[in-house]
Amino acid sequence: MAIENVNVKVKINGKERCAKVEPRTLLTHYIRDDLGLTGTHIGCDTSQCGACSVMVDGEVVKSCTVLAVQADGSEITTVEGLGDVNNLHPIQQGFWEKHGLQCGYCTPGVMMAMVGLLKQNPDPSDEEIREGLEGVICRCTGYQFIVEAVKHAAQIMRESEVQLVGEER
Amino acid sequence: MKKVVGARLKRKEDPKLITGNGYFSDDIQLPGMLHAAILRSPHAHAMIKSINVEEALKAPGVVAIYTGKDLEGKIGPVPSSWLVPGCNLKEAPQYPLAIDRVRYVGDGVALVIAEGRYAVRDAMYLIDVEYETLSPAVGQKQSMQIDAPLVHDDIENNIAFHWKAGEIPEEVCENAEVAIRQSFYIQRVAPSPIETRAAIGQYNPGSGELTLWCTSQNPHIHRMVLSGVLGISEAKLRVIAPDMGGGFGGKIGVYPDEALVGYAARDLGRPVKWIEERNEHFTASNYGRDEVLDVELFGKRDGTLGAIRVKNTHNVGAYLSTMGPGVSTIDFGLMVTGCYKIPYASCETFGVYTNTTPTDAYRGAGKPEATYQIERAIDLFAKEIGMDPIELRRKNFVQKEEFPFTNAQGLLYDSGDYEKPLAKALEMLDYNKFRETQKELRKQGKLIGIGFSTYVELCGFGPSKVAGAIGFQGGVWENATVRVHPSGKVTVYSGTSPHGQGHATTFGQVVAEKLGLPMDDIELVFGDTKAISMGWGTYGSRSVAVGGTAVSIATDRVIEKAKKIAAHELEAPVEDLVFEKGIFSVKGAQGFERTFQEIAKSANMAWNLPEGLEPSLEAQSFFDPENFVYPFGAHIAVVEVDKETGQIEVKRYVAVDDVGRVINPLTAEGQVHGGIAQGIGQALWEGAVYNEEGQLLTGTFMDYALPKARFFPEIETAFTETLSPVNPLGAKGIGETGTTASTPAIMNAVMDALEPYGIKDIEMPLTPEKVWRAISESEGK
Repeated sequence: MAIENVNVKVKINGKERCAKVEPRTLLTHYIRDDLGLTGTHIGCDTSQCGACSVMVDGEVVKSCTVLAVQADGSEITTVEGLGDVNNLHPIQQGFWEKHGLQCGYCTPGVMMAMVGLLKQNPDPSDEEIREGLEGVICRCTGYQFIVEAVKHAAQIMRESEVQLVGEER
Repeated sequence: MKKVVGARLKRKEDPKLITGNGYFSDDIQLPGMLHAAILRSPHAHAMIKSINVEEALKAPGVVAIYTGKDLEGKIGPVPSSWLVPGCNLKEAPQYPLAIDRVRYVGDGVALVIAEGRYAVRDAMYLIDVEYETLSPAVGQKQSMQIDAPLVHDDIENNIAFHWKAGEIPEEVCENAEVAIRQSFYIQRVAPSPIETRAAIGQYNPGSGELTLWCTSQNPHIHRMVLSGVLGISEAKLRVIAPDMGGGFGGKIGVYPDEALVGYAARDLGRPVKWIEERNEHFTASNYGRDEVLDVELFGKRDGTLGAIRVKNTHNVGAYLSTMGPGVSTIDFGLMVTGCYKIPYASCETFGVYTNTTPTDAYRGAGKPEATYQIERAIDLFAKEIGMDPIELRRKNFVQKEEFPFTNAQGLLYDSGDYEKPLAKALEMLDYNKFRETQKELRKQGKLIGIGFSTYVELCGFGPSKVAGAIGFQGGVWENATVRVHPSGKVTVYSGTSPHGQGHATTFGQVVAEKLGLPMDDIELVFGDTKAISMGWGTYGSRSVAVGGTAVSIATDRVIEKAKKIAAHELEAPVEDLVFEKGIFSVKGAQGFERTFQEIAKSANMAWNLPEGLEPSLEAQSFFDPENFVYPFGAHIAVVEVDKETGQIEVKRYVAVDDVGRVINPLTAEGQVHGGIAQGIGQALWEGAVYNEEGQLLTGTFMDYALPKARFFPEIETAFTETLSPVNPLGAKGIGETGTTASTPAIMNAVMDALEPYGIKDIEMPLTPEKVWRAISESEGK
């Protein structure tokens, strides 16, 4: 007997969206395939690499390890919701300015994870940033310029008092 | 105007990538698109007794299932592209799906096509395959034994190739005052791009054109090989490499899977998408390294090196991969003397089939292994004769005035000054002070060690006639077209295929400087065989040295033509034309000027061109270099070993690289950092492990240890610039320096730290357990 599809409704990047999906649909596939927001990537299927990290109700979540139905009714921010080319979020500015990415595949997830870190710790040391990167894997950069990128973003945010994602803008 | 080449510019590639607007394979959605999954063998070696697809075909959404037998005669085997001559190379045909026998865990058995990502997997698990397992050949040395199971029945002793280069007069070895003999195992590692492999096929039954998007570092090689496999004209096959989440060699290979997707799309007349899962990637994507090196280094007590003799036993896996045979032979065997003036060298390489996933090029491909053995052996030699490892290196360096230098295996090193980066690295580290500190800390019972790696590597593939002579099934020249639009904006097409390296920026800088245009006026196009006439892709640190040079030459040709038009309009002889900062002017005649944009319009409109000059402003270059390029440098690692736990901490890492002209220091540093992280990964954490049944034990990121951010200190980098005479940019290659230099630097540092215990070698990766055991055993002695 076929299991009926369910309606999953979220507020994503400030917009109400809904789609009917199989109950087993992963949040990451819901975001990518059903809502068409392909900035969030899948790297490992076992929640090690963090390329799929998004923010759900202000918490960083690996979207390959959550079912879409679990996120029903929540507020989600993906990389597309951070900022656009004309209005980049400080974390995006940091990654661009400091060469925090090479292939750019893990980058959306890494940036989301770092937004989460900066929310908890607006002025992290190098060591704290490296600890904060524990949940993500980047194969290209050796992480050094990611650390620089996060420090740069933290500085912009402290200086301009930019509001963090998940708070009222 | 500030120089653009050499400027620390941020990348053109980034705005789309940081805003979620990249276009990677899995982002591609086509109308009516189906999903593919490949059922893979769970056994290392087995006969396929039967495949029952009945239940699977009934599963919801299933459109088709193909087995190896179904495809027999319809789709050819996927060949290797490096058929090294003179080594009795035996290539076993690799059919896209196994027909009656599986030869490694991950070997494809059936292709399932269905509506939807989940449905296709549901159906795949309903396929019932009956196997009769066979004993597997695992491990290269064991697999060469007389009684070892045969991977391919007609290939004796599993020997895929037996290659030799170089002769050493017997008396040189016999009469040597010092002989260092050591075996090293360069373990199997997974390139591990964070984006797995993927392929999407779309066939137009009307035009007969098949478009294949796939994760390829070399789409034109994919087109060339797959057109043969699929039996389709190259003119009807379009291969596109979309944005790619890394490669590191793992996406050089032309794989059976891409052929399958192309076949199914054509057969079904509907688009088909296949996205590899990570666990699948660990079984079905080519690995790197897996070479056992038996090294003998001969010399005198005064530190003069006389000869090096190496035997490399290379696990090629179950089939020969695209570049696999070249890695342990040409790339490795001709570089065994490293940056030293060792008069004699010989290398003997056995390529051995085993029931494991094939191995191919991984960042550095042969050069990291060559560097590893010589740099480790040099340290052992230094210990043996009681000489400082730096002094021994310096004593044997090829000297600055000796370039171009022919090494013992006949390669011509283009240019070099090996002392320069070493001196700089020692200064950055403050070596003399370090040795004092080390003494102090040792007294306190702390195990601190320092390790060096002075390296040279073979890059910039390459002269095509050499490629032909060494059996590479392709040319390795490069192609660029510089197209100037009527507005003066420029599109550049390159046959290289970047996937994170930042060529849009670095190549853009070359063009921007020459044409005096802002970076924003220049767009780069890569990775589409329909847009780019030909090219050989991105690997072997060839892109700037070969591809960048083609861009540079094509840009010069544009300027040359533009000058003729400007001269015509300004009514001046072309010899009097000066082009600077985007302005054509006449020498000595003020006010007679044309902008580049004005000439671009004139050229494209062709209302008033000089007699006999064709319209448009576009030029192409096909650049075939005369030689390879040889970057070099000195890396120094400082480590601390915790003797209670065996844990290793990298305390400092200094890298001074000489890669010729640096186009963009920012991206160059990024390349160095990334390479070092991977090379240290090989030394300390990474390793693919098979058990004796040929089962892969490291099939996820839970068991295969990819380095994390907290594993590294801040890497200290610097460059020296010794230009290459091989290309007009003076560029060498940077992508692989880090993986080449860092593995031995770390190992030498750990061995230095463990000196009080008399430990000579520990097999990589240096897990805490192995280190702890080595310490405990030596204490028990």
